[in-house]
Amino acid sequence: MIKKKLMKGNEGFAISAINAGCRYYFGYPITPQNEVPEYMSRELANYGGAFIQAESELAAINMAYGAAAAGGRVLITSSSPGIALMQEGISLFSSVQLPVVIINVMRGGPGIGSIQPSQADYEQVTRGGGNGDYHTIVYAPASIQEAMNMIYKAFDVADEYRNPVIIAADGMLGQMMEPVVIPEMKEAITEERISEVKPYALTGHKNKRAKNVINSVFLKQEMLEDYLNEYWKKYIKAEEELPEWENTKLEGAEVVFVAYGSTSRVVIEAMKILEAEGIKTGLIRPKTIWPFPKKAFDEIDPETTKKVISVELSMGQMINDVKLVLEGKYPVELINRVGGMLLDPIEVAERTKKIMEVK
Amino acid sequence: MSDKKIFIAGFGGQGVLLIGQMLAYAAMHEGKEVTWMPSYGPEMRGGTANCTVCISDEKVASPLVTECDVLVAMNGPSLEKFEKMLVPGGHLFINSSIVPGKATRDDVNVHYVDCTKIAEEEVGNGKTSNMVMLGAIIRKSGAVSLDIMDTVFEDTLKGGKAKLIPSNKKALTAWN
Amino acid sequence: MNTVFEYTKGMTETELHYCPGCTHGIAHRLIMEVLDERGELGNCIGVTPVGCSIVGHQYMNIDMIESPHGRAPAVASGIKRVHPEAPVFTYQGDGDLASIGTAEIIHAAERGEKFCTFFINNAIYGMTGGQMAPTTLVGQKATTCTDGRQVEKQGKPLRMAEIMATIDGAVYVERVTISSPGDVRKAKKAIERAFEVQRKKLGFAFVEILSTCPTNWGLAPDKAIEWLRENMMEYYPVKQFKCPEEVK
Repeated sequence: MIKKKLMKGNEGFAISAINAGCRYYFGYPITPQNEVPEYMSRELANYGGAFIQAESELAAINMAYGAAAAGGRVLITSSSPGIALMQEGISLFSSVQLPVVIINVMRGGPGIGSIQPSQADYEQVTRGGGNGDYHTIVYAPASIQEAMNMIYKAFDVADEYRNPVIIAADGMLGQMMEPVVIPEMKEAITEERISEVKPYALTGHKNKRAKNVINSVFLKQEMLEDYLNEYWKKYIKAEEELPEWENTKLEGAEVVFVAYGSTSRVVIEAMKILEAEGIKTGLIRPKTIWPFPKKAFDEIDPETTKKVISVELSMGQMINDVKLVLEGKYPVELINRVGGMLLDPIEVAERTKKIMEVK
Repeated sequence: MSDKKIFIAGFGGQGVLLIGQMLAYAAMHEGKEVTWMPSYGPEMRGGTANCTVCISDEKVASPLVTECDVLVAMNGPSLEKFEKMLVPGGHLFINSSIVPGKATRDDVNVHYVDCTKIAEEEVGNGKTSNMVMLGAIIRKSGAVSLDIMDTVFEDTLKGGKAKLIPSNKKALTAWN
Repeated sequence: MNTVFEYTKGMTETELHYCPGCTHGIAHRLIMEVLDERGELGNCIGVTPVGCSIVGHQYMNIDMIESPHGRAPAVASGIKRVHPEAPVFTYQGDGDLASIGTAEIIHAAERGEKFCTFFINNAIYGMTGGQMAPTTLVGQKATTCTDGRQVEKQGKPLRMAEIMATIDGAVYVERVTISSPGDVRKAKKAIERAFEVQRKKLGFAFVEILSTCPTNWGLAPDKAIEWLRENMMEYYPVKQFKCPEEVK
């Protein structure tokens, strides 16, 4: 039997990052993700890495920018309002094409909002959030194990695409505990090897190569247009290569739920309740929310499906992507709670019956 | 399938979250699927605290519960607030050291555990009162086995904390 | 024939875009000369700000990165974690450092970061067209205070070197000017000391450089120099505030 460890989500996130070779972490306290900076402050130095408790999220993301430019493997975590503050940096990372992994342990908003779990940053994370034309790649884990696996992989994806990768977790995943198998320790890139692995990185030119410059400003707009047209190709590639999803029981389903992250777990319980009452349901669970897994919807059973229901802890944000993909083929409804309030399986089942006009 | 949904509530500082974590460790070491989900808020010591533990042979879908098989009320307000969550035939554990009232349900198994007194008089260590409750939960609800607790203590009480193992073990069986 | 002057090795041959009479060119060159003389051009990593000197990397022959407005000290802190032995500096103007970036500069100093900051104080926003800076003098006109800065309305200007000198982590703090040949030589010495503080890992080093902005001050270059010496140097005394024994 593989040895499992019982682990709080936030600690699991941190361990997974370290084992993926992350050696630099910059953070600012914000609930519900504080166990990540706490863990990193204790552990990173033991692996030859560095932690700074930044003076603000703005400083944290910019420290990350410096470290990533210098060739380091960097993790940033925060929660919704903190991620909002980091948008300046996230846009910048995208513009200069530097890799970083960012975990958003989402909580209720807008504004200061609440500290309870929420998915209200769907648009913030999938639409960029900062200024200008760019995308962030976004994974949406439903369990601590899945989050750890996604974080582990995200560093490679960020390096391959030279782009920020966001893990859209929520307060529930951050705070709960589950048994997990910890991904194995990867060898981290040492300072000596940075130039070889990341030729763009700032290391000092050692009088051996032309200077490296990481610049975001374009004083000639024609050059910026050319640059954007060229770099946009990687987003087209990402849309082809990166979408991930998990479909459950779509064949013969009357109702197809679309839910991601911890909400999808509540939907799975609701499906059991509905099945016991003779209502056939299926689930599309996007594991990436940008790129949105459009192909997942090809598997909807046109013979039986009457309605598609987006289940979210937001005012109806993912539903817009669902509608875009379905192009009016099925009526799309919303079941949601907001502000840090959670759905429970009974409520999802009851509201589904109401939508389906089942007594 | 032997699903068990356990809800533990009380004041912060009573070991509410720890009792839940110990159950979660035990379930994991028994090879079961488990989730532990705490309430979290700005309150620290003295505020309200609760947690949910879901144990199953299959992957636990939702870590949240609207009804539970085992309810542990570590203080009076928790008993009043959550008694209705318990399914008929479920187990209700009441920390009678500080809960003055009695259960109002007659369709559940009620266990009064005088945690503080037992910890002080039987175990000889007042700090083990939450372990007294944990022992009661394990032995009456069968959520996990008592035997597995040796492994749990070895896993969680390491180094300097290992000296706490004997008194914790003793606390598990102190209530009758 | 003896060589009496050479093109500064640390500078590229790109033509500077700065306005005639602007002192950015002198400041750039002094930093590069110091790095060249220390043999550190190949190891150094520089951080440029948002402001006129954002494209300073076109002129300085070292690895460089542009920072978001005011965040250069945070960016440098990150770089320094990956390359602790590399000489790292930020080059920031007064809007960048003393307005939008006050938190970052204060906390970099608080942590005793082992890099240097060169603070170009010309008492005005240059790139955006002459708006009031936190260092604009009382009575000085700017496009957002056309009647001149007034104490009742905009308060008095910030003296950054004095503020930095109160922070224990900033072990070397000096204000210099580059408005006369003698002062340029002194400024170079200060830059030299700042890099030496960094090399010896003594703490954070901060050099404020009083500079001109003839265009936005509405003065000819020579008049701008005069104005600096008559007005700025009175409010911003040229002075060494702090210096560790090891580099004196």
